[in-house]
Amino acid sequence: MKKKTPDRLLLAHGSGGRLTHELVTGTFLPALDNPFLACLSDAAILPELPPGRPALTTDGFVVDPPVFPGGDLGYLSVCGTVNDLSVAGARPLWLTWGLILEEGADGDLISTCTEGTARAASEAGIQIVAGDTKVVPRGKGDRIYAVTAGLGVVPPGREISDHRIEEGDVVIASGPLGDHGATIMATRHGLDTGDLCSDAAPLTGLIESVFDAGIDIHSMHDPTRGGVLTVCNEVAERSGKQIVLTETAIPVQPQVRAVCEVLGLQILGLACEGRVLAWVSADQADRALEAFHNHPQGRGAAIFARVEGSTEGEIPVVMETEVGSTRPLDMLSGTDLPRIC
Amino acid sequence: MSEAPEFRDPKAIAGLIHEIKTLAEDVDHQVTLMEVCGTHTHAVAQAGLRQMLPKGVRLISGPGCPVCVTPVDYLDRALALADLPNTTICTFGDLMRVPSSLSSLEEAHADGKPIEIVYSPRDALDKARANPHQRIVFLAVGFETTVPTIAAAIAEAEATDVDNFLILPGNKVMPPPMRALVEDQELKVDGFLLPGHVSVLTGWECFRFLAEDYDVPGAVVGFAPADVMRGVADLLRQARAGTAEITNLYSRVVSSSGNQVAAKIVEKFFEPVATIWRGFGEIPGSGLGLRSKYSHRDAGLIEVELPPPHEPEGCACGDVLRGVIDPPECSLFGTACQPATPVGACMVSSEGTCAAWYRHERLTGVNR
Repeated sequence: MKKKTPDRLLLAHGSGGRLTHELVTGTFLPALDNPFLACLSDAAILPELPPGRPALTTDGFVVDPPVFPGGDLGYLSVCGTVNDLSVAGARPLWLTWGLILEEGADGDLISTCTEGTARAASEAGIQIVAGDTKVVPRGKGDRIYAVTAGLGVVPPGREISDHRIEEGDVVIASGPLGDHGATIMATRHGLDTGDLCSDAAPLTGLIESVFDAGIDIHSMHDPTRGGVLTVCNEVAERSGKQIVLTETAIPVQPQVRAVCEVLGLQILGLACEGRVLAWVSADQADRALEAFHNHPQGRGAAIFARVEGSTEGEIPVVMETEVGSTRPLDMLSGTDLPRIC
Repeated sequence: MSEAPEFRDPKAIAGLIHEIKTLAEDVDHQVTLMEVCGTHTHAVAQAGLRQMLPKGVRLISGPGCPVCVTPVDYLDRALALADLPNTTICTFGDLMRVPSSLSSLEEAHADGKPIEIVYSPRDALDKARANPHQRIVFLAVGFETTVPTIAAAIAEAEATDVDNFLILPGNKVMPPPMRALVEDQELKVDGFLLPGHVSVLTGWECFRFLAEDYDVPGAVVGFAPADVMRGVADLLRQARAGTAEITNLYSRVVSSSGNQVAAKIVEKFFEPVATIWRGFGEIPGSGLGLRSKYSHRDAGLIEVELPPPHEPEGCACGDVLRGVIDPPECSLFGTACQPATPVGACMVSSEGTCAAWYRHERLTGVNR
């Protein structure tokens, strides 16, 4: 039987001719099967949106290595896009998925990433309704890149905004931090990390379950690139409120600590791809934490920070260390470079 | 992997702080203690230890960050080598952003120059083996702790005839600049927190001269918060008693004479040479050069055209490294010079004194 996905990509697979058609109908359509995509028209014509405000986002994915413990570039591309919608309070509906492939890329890699995309779409309850494929000459790209757009709707009455953050709010992390970033860095450098794997996952189900429990979430963010450091600093800047982290309360797996020790990285600067940070008022803190714990993806949730008064004249984000001192937490500067010794 | 929890126990730390406060009250002058290891700089800042010390105790950072003391002409030479045909530069990540006279490795990399980050000299050796027609130059920077792995890579290259593996020698050893520090009239140090990792290799006896020749005490300490605080308490105790001894508080890994196996392999390939330290100038016997028998692996002997060395204007890295000033006293600190746009080397590496201050110690009321 003829194999549906080519062994390796040729420039002609991106030419728009027969090979492109074979790639689309042989690999992408069967995996991402849905009526909007199947008609292969120039644009997907979608049903009317449910009530609420539309939310639209876009993202690009260039992860190296493209397949890693716990996921692949395709799975990640859907999770990343869906999560951006979910943390804005939107219910994700439809995604577009564009691939930029390098001439010579391994066909199995494309299959793996396509299957990953289909799996994440199914987990998140969304459909991939439009796509595109381009092939660039060998050496002009790194095997596989994906670009997405995602459309969702914020239900009426739901308001997620940093401007709603108040003094006294607590910050909940939905699970251990840094698993994704540590997994990628460890894989890249050939470190054996045992059972550590990426946390990549769609957050839709978890977040909706917390809303369903009647929790009034003031604001939410997914700590992707730049990690908790970037999220907290940006939130402090936008809300004008100081954020104080408690070092001993930050959920971190021992393997992640170990990777950071070996490679000289900051735990709080590592990316997560399946965690959410949620700001809720202190009087809802216990109930909110319980709501997180009640969902399989929120079992490791913990309150790790609180919101203090105005940032005026204060360092925007600080951490109370495990030994009882307080120190500032800045965003990463440039790439987090490994230390010499 | 991680330190035993008792070295991070808040109760143990609180007890040590109390002890330090009591000791400091008995000393009638300000006590200035210097750590000379980048990992100590980082650990002190990370745990916020400086702000926990009483007013009379000042903890300053010396020339312990290998990147920070690497002179500008070393980077100029590395960049010039990257311009040669069929030559790839392999470097530890820390060096990428350090300003050279005209540019930096990071900027040259963006311009398409063959510069790659590696995690160990062995990675560079593997690269040499995989690319026999390419000359691979490893930037050999770092103190006693990194030299043995570099020597081991050279030994392997010799044994397996990997002729295209070279290094640009830039390694340094710690005792000579410490002698320069205690001889510096401008600087007043009452005691040293001695580098734990270096001491694992060298043994602690090589620091005896501080006490015996200069009457300055020292304590070899590890890197957990309680380790550092025990060292501070020990040095305060010595300040109160007026004694000068070298104490080993890191005896769980540090011996008197160090790691002889490592010392032997280093000695086989390297010999002491005079070298330039940023902020200090040339210090005799403070660098490690390749022995002439291995000159075929010395990229420093390749003729290249170098720009006149240019240190950034207004940069006070030299004074910071000698502990004469604290980072905020530099006019560029936090304004022109920040981690994202470092002017001086001390702002580049996370071990650099300025970067550590910027990241961790900009709280008001930090003890000076």
